[in-house]
Amino acid sequence: MTKIQLNEKEKLIASANTLRWEIGESLHDSIIESIYTDAAKIANKVVKVKEQKKKYSYDQAIDRIVTSKWLGFPIMFLMLSVVFWVTIEGANVPSGLIANLLVDTLHPVLKDFASSIGTPSWLSGVLIDGAYLAMAWVISVMLPPMAIFFPLFTLLEDFGYLPRVAFNMDNLYRKVGAHGKQALTMTMGFGCNAAGIIATRIIDSPRERIIAIITNNFSLCNGRWPTQILIATIFIGGAVPAYLAGIVSAAAVVGIALLGIIFSLVVSWGLSKTILKGEASAFSLELPPYRPPRILRTLYTSLIDRTIFVLWRAVVFAVPAGIVIWLVANITIGGTSIAEHFTNWSDPFALLVGLNGVILLAYIIAIPANEIVVPTVLMLTVLVAGIAGVGSGDGVMFELDSVADTSAILHAGGWTVLTGINLMLFSLLHNPCSTTIYTIYKETKSIKWTVISSILPVMMGFAVCFFVTQVWRLIAS
Amino acid sequence: MIDQSKCEACPVHNTGNLKRLGINMDKFDFVVALAGNPNTGKSTVFNNLTGLKQHTGNWPGKTVTRAEGGFEFNNSRYKLIDLPGTYSLLSTSTDEEIARDFILFGQPDVTIVVVDATRLERNLNLVLQVLEITERAIVCLNLMDEARRRYIEIDERTLSRDLGIPVIPTEARQGIGIPNLLTAIDEVVNGKFICKPYRITGTSKGLAKAVEYITEKIKRQFPLLPNARWVALRLLEGDQKIIDAIRSGEISGIAKRNSVEENFAAV
Repeated sequence: MTKIQLNEKEKLIASANTLRWEIGESLHDSIIESIYTDAAKIANKVVKVKEQKKKYSYDQAIDRIVTSKWLGFPIMFLMLSVVFWVTIEGANVPSGLIANLLVDTLHPVLKDFASSIGTPSWLSGVLIDGAYLAMAWVISVMLPPMAIFFPLFTLLEDFGYLPRVAFNMDNLYRKVGAHGKQALTMTMGFGCNAAGIIATRIIDSPRERIIAIITNNFSLCNGRWPTQILIATIFIGGAVPAYLAGIVSAAAVVGIALLGIIFSLVVSWGLSKTILKGEASAFSLELPPYRPPRILRTLYTSLIDRTIFVLWRAVVFAVPAGIVIWLVANITIGGTSIAEHFTNWSDPFALLVGLNGVILLAYIIAIPANEIVVPTVLMLTVLVAGIAGVGSGDGVMFELDSVADTSAILHAGGWTVLTGINLMLFSLLHNPCSTTIYTIYKETKSIKWTVISSILPVMMGFAVCFFVTQVWRLIAS
Repeated sequence: MIDQSKCEACPVHNTGNLKRLGINMDKFDFVVALAGNPNTGKSTVFNNLTGLKQHTGNWPGKTVTRAEGGFEFNNSRYKLIDLPGTYSLLSTSTDEEIARDFILFGQPDVTIVVVDATRLERNLNLVLQVLEITERAIVCLNLMDEARRRYIEIDERTLSRDLGIPVIPTEARQGIGIPNLLTAIDEVVNGKFICKPYRITGTSKGLAKAVEYITEKIKRQFPLLPNARWVALRLLEGDQKIIDAIRSGEISGIAKRNSVEENFAAV
């Protein structure tokens, strides 16, 4: 670059600076003002609203109810409860059918085939008892609830209800020193935390964005809804008379989701009072109009984008996890398997917080995907509890025709209602899945915030489970 | 209004010439940017044109990153960029900056501003701002069905004349009006429709003079820069980013399309 050019540039900047003083400070305002005036002028000329009838205001009528001070939250809980109730009631039968096909029928056929062509038993163990069964399990446990839950949830979204949820919660988030838009990203997190964390880009202030990122994990995600639904059905629904089971277990799941929201508020408050101090910035949230949901399109997107996507992810992670499970169950050190070593070692601590070693091990194996926690827990329970009559050997996932069988196994594994409650709590409060952790790192570019976001929820999970367990035992004794 | 649904079902109709290319964007002839306020249906228009299945939702702020896709129409290949929804291009949040920088420096051959027909006035604020930065734009007047339900009528011809750019009414959720949008894109990029964009009027004489003066100076310094007037405005406002870009000479560098991608990698 020559010197003359450089001078020309400085001259240009200098003359702009001089002119700015001549025009005065109000340049920015005057531009904005003229944009607004001109827009209004043009709009007035071309827009005609004829005979504004009552019908137009049905949006406001609905909004007055669903975002009202008193009814807003109850309606929100009711809507979520109905969605879960339908899911819980509807998923049981198809789950059994699929398990029947994939596990009871197909698994023996594969085993026979493998032995007929002379496959060594360790190889058929790893591939068929490990990888295949893990996959079959994930499909039968997860596909039916997802195929019911996601379309319902997507319908609510398409209709325009989710922004109202955000609107209801926006004020709460601002009160705890976070950004109101966090209500939106939290709602996105109900689908997928990684998506919710990417969505925090709509928050301008870095302070509030970090808060939103750290607390996004408190939104139950796709991978955790099925766990919640299944465990609630077995332990909460099982503890009450049969005719109440559906409603009560749905209420329990809603309760956990609510607890997540409360935790996100409390933690946001804590963060904005300590390491992320600052004032909440203001913003305006626009409520989109209600639009009639497009049923077919919704079914398509919710089945393809969500159900199949989540299922595929679960299967992809279940296959290697299945292999790992088979290996830790079958490799022995001093006559005891690695899995048993770990559970025996961690049981004292785990039982103190009302969980057990199996759950901890399952959560370690399932870090890549929350989706496979329940299958892993069940498999390990059978192994460690040494339940006879199910499965065909150590580390083999077994035939499970229904929720009732699952329930039988967990009870045989020494599970109580307390274990169920704690598992639900721990499923809400534990480290994010590996995809989410990676997303957090990509978005924050900071190891510190990534570590905090990953460790903080686990610590809270242990603390909360410990507290619940102590109180429970106090009352029970 | 004439019932167009029969025409659209006919195979000789425009959509017959549309080839959705999905994520295949090789060797494109033109770049089309898709801007608009949040929740006006940008992603729906995007999906309609590219055949992609970007997740859409009744939900402002669904698109936070740029999404890209391709389509072919009348033997031209287009690359379509779905920008994040913004209310303005003046303030400094990340999504507004992404949208603004792309329209400014990415130099799309045409920018489609998707507009909510039921909230025209507020949406026009963005349209006017876009017209400040770019010459070639199209207003896609979306959600016409909703406007109809609310008894809102819009004189799109007058609007088009006033703005000096094509205005195409659509109902993107149903795919209605997309053929007309395609025709408009084709006409603008091939110079069959010459845009004479509306420029804001309300500013004072002194300002107008100052803008003109600086614009001339910028044009002399950076003859390749297409949006000299807008850069002049920002310079007069004292936008530090623009001052730095002029000082470092970066401003002429980013005016070239081939360097746009690296520029965005940095954003």
